[in-house]
Amino acid sequence: MVREALRYRAFILIIVADVAIWAVWPSAGVTVLRHTFSNFAQMASVLPPVFLLIGLLDVWVPKETLMRFLGDRSGFLGVAISIVLGAAAAGPLYAAFPVAAIMMRKGAKFSNVIVFLGSWSTLKIPMVLFEASALGARFAITRWVASVLGVTAMALIIDRAVTKDEKRAIYARHEMI
Amino acid sequence: MFTLLAYALAIGCLVVSLARDRDRTRTAFRKAVAAFTGILPDFAAVLGIVGLVLTFLSPKTVAGLIGAGTGFVGMVITSLIGAVTLIPGFVAFPLAKSLLDRGAGMAQIAVFVSTLMMVGFVTAPLEIRYFGKKVTILRNGLAYLYSFIVAFIIGLVVR
Repeated sequence: MVREALRYRAFILIIVADVAIWAVWPSAGVTVLRHTFSNFAQMASVLPPVFLLIGLLDVWVPKETLMRFLGDRSGFLGVAISIVLGAAAAGPLYAAFPVAAIMMRKGAKFSNVIVFLGSWSTLKIPMVLFEASALGARFAITRWVASVLGVTAMALIIDRAVTKDEKRAIYARHEMI
Repeated sequence: MFTLLAYALAIGCLVVSLARDRDRTRTAFRKAVAAFTGILPDFAAVLGIVGLVLTFLSPKTVAGLIGAGTGFVGMVITSLIGAVTLIPGFVAFPLAKSLLDRGAGMAQIAVFVSTLMMVGFVTAPLEIRYFGKKVTILRNGLAYLYSFIVAFIIGLVVR
């Protein structure tokens, strides 16, 4: 019980701060709590299917299958699939992290995981459509194309900058769920 | 819309999985719950921080700050705002559009949109839990710098 509460210490601290703000500045405090609540409501609606799919993928998709498409020897196809996977998504970036974790657990290449993250963050098609309607197709398409190049290039740089041991340590985090 | 699709997909897969193997489905479900509860404390903390940031850096405040600077200084200001805030797209794009209409520069808006999406300052603690400090700093740092290149290209192509 205490250990469980200890895991939430950061969150508890923030709530204490929220209440303190509310005490000295009630209108701001109410807004903070309202925002926090709606964030949780959003998370509660977005994450259940994501985690359920992750669980199902974990038991049904063999490591070899995923490695064939996204593993060390997946080459250009692996990069393309990672971009498409991220771009097909919508929803906040935090929903991409657990998906990236299962990719690593199933032996996806590190650079592909980073491409996937980058793609999810900025290439999401549903969002780009909305962007085009607000800021114009020229703006949205230019940004999309420039970002595809950037996402891929950045993944290569990060892949080079992180050593084998560091990668192994990151993958080890996700071996057990 | 995305949420609806995700639910349809998840429920569809769940039904197929149940039909094929109940025990495996139970394992999958247990794993899903374990993965979620394992990371929940960090999620809770990040969502709490986002609640705070959204209040003190509301879209209205952001609009005021973005209007303030022009040129490269303006880009630095808007990029920092984009990196720190977490405004959902359906609020951010109309906001960006109205700022453009009110005379904000194309490059400033482009760097704002790009950093808003690619750089996650407040979600960094969560990212660190998944990828470690080094990768998180590298990814966000490079994305921040690259946003200026994106803005430069957009400045050339879009008038």
